Amino acid sequence: MDQLSVEHLLGIKYLKATDIDLIFKTADHFKEVINRPIKKVPSLRDITIANLFFENSTRTKLSFELAEKRLSADVINFSASQSSVKKGETLIDTVNNILAMKVDIVVMRHGNVGAGVFLSKHVNAKIINAGDGTHEHPTQALLDSYSIREKLGSVKGKKILIVGDILHSRVALSNIFALQLQGAEVKVCGPTTLIPKYITSLGVQVETNLKKALEWCDVANVLRVQHERMDIKYFPSTREYTQLFGINKEILDNLGKKIVIMHPGPINRGVEITSEVADSNQSIILNQVENGVAVRMAVIYLLAQQIKR
Amino acid sequence: MSKKTLLNSKDIEIILHRLACELIENHNDFSNTVLIGLQPRGTYLANRLTALLRNEYGINNLKLGLLDITFYRDDFRRRDSPLAATSTEIDFLIEDKKVVIIDDVLFSGRSIRAALTAIQSFGRPESIELLVLIDRRFSRHLPIQPNYKGRQVDAINEEKVLVSWKETHKKDAVYIELK
Repeated sequence: MDQLSVEHLLGIKYLKATDIDLIFKTADHFKEVINRPIKKVPSLRDITIANLFFENSTRTKLSFELAEKRLSADVINFSASQSSVKKGETLIDTVNNILAMKVDIVVMRHGNVGAGVFLSKHVNAKIINAGDGTHEHPTQALLDSYSIREKLGSVKGKKILIVGDILHSRVALSNIFALQLQGAEVKVCGPTTLIPKYITSLGVQVETNLKKALEWCDVANVLRVQHERMDIKYFPSTREYTQLFGINKEILDNLGKKIVIMHPGPINRGVEITSEVADSNQSIILNQVENGVAVRMAVIYLLAQQIKR
Repeated sequence: MSKKTLLNSKDIEIILHRLACELIENHNDFSNTVLIGLQPRGTYLANRLTALLRNEYGINNLKLGLLDITFYRDDFRRRDSPLAATSTEIDFLIEDKKVVIIDDVLFSGRSIRAALTAIQSFGRPESIELLVLIDRRFSRHLPIQPNYKGRQVDAINEEKVLVSWKETHKKDAVYIELK
């Protein structure tokens, strides 16, 4: 069997198409494992993993922790809000102190772009990026593609629309890289203020009319408006945003075809997507969450395989 | 590299019939018994035995599952080449069932040790038995012995036992190869 071509999972842009294939094939096996009466395998009994979350997270943190425990790894958790980071400790010092306790893999979410890459150059552990600022969120993109593959059979040749706050979204960037690597067409849709100026240089099309964009696509991945990252006003009001870019049942029913609806969470119900749509049978939002555990197990398993004692 | 034929297709056919009869002797109509073939190579033997029991001996309610043990192995990260997982297909519970684990060659016993752990993820069986086509005597690393065996061989460690099946290699045969 092949190995991953990378030593860390820092971003999708460092991966090859064969890496994604390998991760998905491995995830298929883990998906079967997590649906057994006993959902645990002993593969990583002698591996210790630290989850370092310098930024808030619910789903990703739980998903990683569950994936690690399903593989029988020992897990330690760290949240910046309860730590010495507040006392002025640097990132490398914090991590090296944790590694001194013999940790093999670090899963890190950090507010700064490139934090994972920086860390991978300075510490001796496998790094998995669980989101670095507005840059990348590779495991989210992998589970999104995995869910599309599961629902539609393959990603290749499919038309994927990403709607919403593209500018502040690490999910969007990682998804663009992952989908293109697998041969999908990607279009983004949102207020022009929330679409990065040079996005077309990535080979992505831009559409500002939501209805036209939805008519084009097979899958719409809907993103949350990230108010916490907005230093200035990017659109006049939430209500106006909802009117122009919110997805509701009427707009979907008038498309003349059934598209798949995805959302990486957390959902702002009634803003970017109505409850009716989020809970409909077109939505695969909860499948994404389930697949997240299997995909993260695959990533951790494949990276752990490279650790030699 | 020399290659010696240990069993030809006729030998294998006779052995399969004998193993089938031995299973029937202990498990009657198989109403409380399940067969588990170990992925990847044990599944050929498991499929062949199941077909034989069904077609020649009229046992219709046989349950066959395929078990992958990759994630339970004890040599993870200790091998030069990474392990490839195969699929597990067990669509029944094994709680209180008599389980017969089926594999082609019993060598160190480590795969069977992994299978014993893996099978517990599907419930607590009443008992577990082991059926193998080839038992390589004197090469065990663990205290594991088969309940049913096709042929016992005293191959030395430098020798390799190769099982070929009609389904994959056009011919049923077992060879001993000196590396």
